[in-house]
Amino acid sequence: MSRVDVVVTGLGATTPLGGDVASTWDAMLAGRSGVSPLTQEWAGQLPVRIAAQLAVEPTEVLDRVKLRRLDRSEAIALIAAQQAWADSGLADSGLDPERLGASVGSGIGGALTLLAQDDILEASGPRRVSPHTIPMLMPNGPAAWVGLELGAQAGVHSVASACATGAEAIALGLDMIRSGRADVVVAGGTEAVIHPLPIAGFSSMRAMSTRNDEPEQASRPWDKSRDGFVLGEGAGIVVLERADHAAARGAHIYARLAGAGITSDGYDIVQPHPEGAGAIRAIAKAIADADVAKADIVHVNAHATSTPVGDLAEIKALHRALGDHPVLTATKSMTGHLLGAAGALESIATILTIRDGVIPPTINLDDPDDGLDMDVAANKVRHLDVPAALNNSFGFGGHNVALVFTRP
Amino acid sequence: MTRDEITSGLAEILEEVAGVNPDDVAEGKSFTDDLDVDSLSMVEVVVAAEEKFGVKIPDNEVQNLKTVGDAVSFIEAQS
Repeated sequence: MSRVDVVVTGLGATTPLGGDVASTWDAMLAGRSGVSPLTQEWAGQLPVRIAAQLAVEPTEVLDRVKLRRLDRSEAIALIAAQQAWADSGLADSGLDPERLGASVGSGIGGALTLLAQDDILEASGPRRVSPHTIPMLMPNGPAAWVGLELGAQAGVHSVASACATGAEAIALGLDMIRSGRADVVVAGGTEAVIHPLPIAGFSSMRAMSTRNDEPEQASRPWDKSRDGFVLGEGAGIVVLERADHAAARGAHIYARLAGAGITSDGYDIVQPHPEGAGAIRAIAKAIADADVAKADIVHVNAHATSTPVGDLAEIKALHRALGDHPVLTATKSMTGHLLGAAGALESIATILTIRDGVIPPTINLDDPDDGLDMDVAANKVRHLDVPAALNNSFGFGGHNVALVFTRP
Repeated sequence: MTRDEITSGLAEILEEVAGVNPDDVAEGKSFTDDLDVDSLSMVEVVVAAEEKFGVKIPDNEVQNLKTVGDAVSFIEAQS
C-alpha cells in the first residue's frame, strides 16, 4: 500500500524574536538574542531574573474582550494559528470542517490563570473567581480555542509531553492524516509561564541559567560556560495537509513532513538516559519512517537547551544515530527555551532552513565544550543545500521525539 | 438612582465585560438575543453589578433577568 504523503502548507508563530514567522526568521538569521532582564517587581527576589519574553504582546493583536477569556498560552496559540491558517490559503478553499483537525499542546498549561485566580480567591473570596477560569486553565484550552476559531471537526487534541510537546503534537497531526482521520491538521505548541512560581520551580532544580547580568549571553548551548536554560514564551503552529489535497488546490508547499519517531526512556523522571538510548531510537525510527538514509540528513535543529548534561547527551545520541556529518544548530541560543512550544518553533526553523538553504547560527558558542565533536553553525549562518533535516525534542518524563522534514 | 442612571451603569459593565457598544444598551434589549452576552459573561455582569450598585443578585434570580429592563427593575427595587 502506498503511503499517504503529508506536507506543510502554512506557518505561524509569535516568539521572543518577532510577532510572526518572517520577523522571527529574520532575527534568527541575524543571530539576535530574544533574552532580556525581567523588570517586573516580583523578579527582584528570584535567583533567575532573565527570560525570553514575547516581542509582540497579544494585546497588540487580539481585542480586549476576547483576551479576557484567554489564558496567555491560549491567546498566542490562537495568534499563531490565525497566521498559519491565512498562510495556507485554506480559508476559502471549501475544506470540509469534518476533515479538519487540530493538535496543539502546552508543556505546563494555563498556569498564569491558575495562579492569578488563586490570588483573587485568597484576596476576595470564591465569588470573585472568574467564570472563565476553567476554560482558561484547562490543558486542552489552546487546542480547543484553535479548533473553535477554525471550526475544526475532525478532532481536537492536546498532547502534553513537557518540552517535547510541540514536536509530538506535530507527529500526532501526521498520524491523523496518514490514518485517514483528517485531510488537514493545524498542529503545534504554545507556552506562556513567565511567572515567579515556574521560574522558582525550575531554578530549584538548578536547571536555569543565572547569568542575570548578561541576558543575551545566557543561553549558550554546547559552550563550556553554559549554566542552564533560559525560559522563553511563545507559540508555533504549522498547517499539515495531505499532499494530494494540497496539490489539487495548487497550494504553496514549504516542505514534506516525511517521518516521525517517538520513544520513551523508561529511565528517570527528569534525567535523560546517560547513553541517550531513547533519543537514538527516536532518531532511527524517524529516519526509517521517512524512508531516508542517515547520509541524507545533512542538518539537525537540535534540542540543545544550554544545560550542562543534556547538551552533550544529545551530541552522543546524534553521533550514534546519524554519524558526524550533519551540521547542527541550536536556535534556543536566541529564542530561549519555549518548553511546549519549542519543538513547533524549531520545526518551523528547520522547514525554513530547507526552503532557504541557510542554517541559523548557534550564538554564544565562544568556547565549544570538549565533548562537542560535530559541526555546528557557530555564531554565524551557514549556507548549505538541505534536502532533508531532523528536528529533535526531548522532555521531562523521558519523552523523545524526532521529526524528519524534506524538500517537497 | 434613576432608571436611566442604572441603565448607563449597566452599559459600562457590559462594555467592559463583553465589549457591548453602550449605545446598544436599552431597557428593551435582551442580554442573550440582542446583546450577545453568553452565560459565562452574564455571571461576570452580575458580580460587577452587585459591586457597582451595592445589591445582592441571587443565582436563582439571574435567570429572570432576560432584558436590561428586568435588571434595572431588580436593582431599583433592591437599592
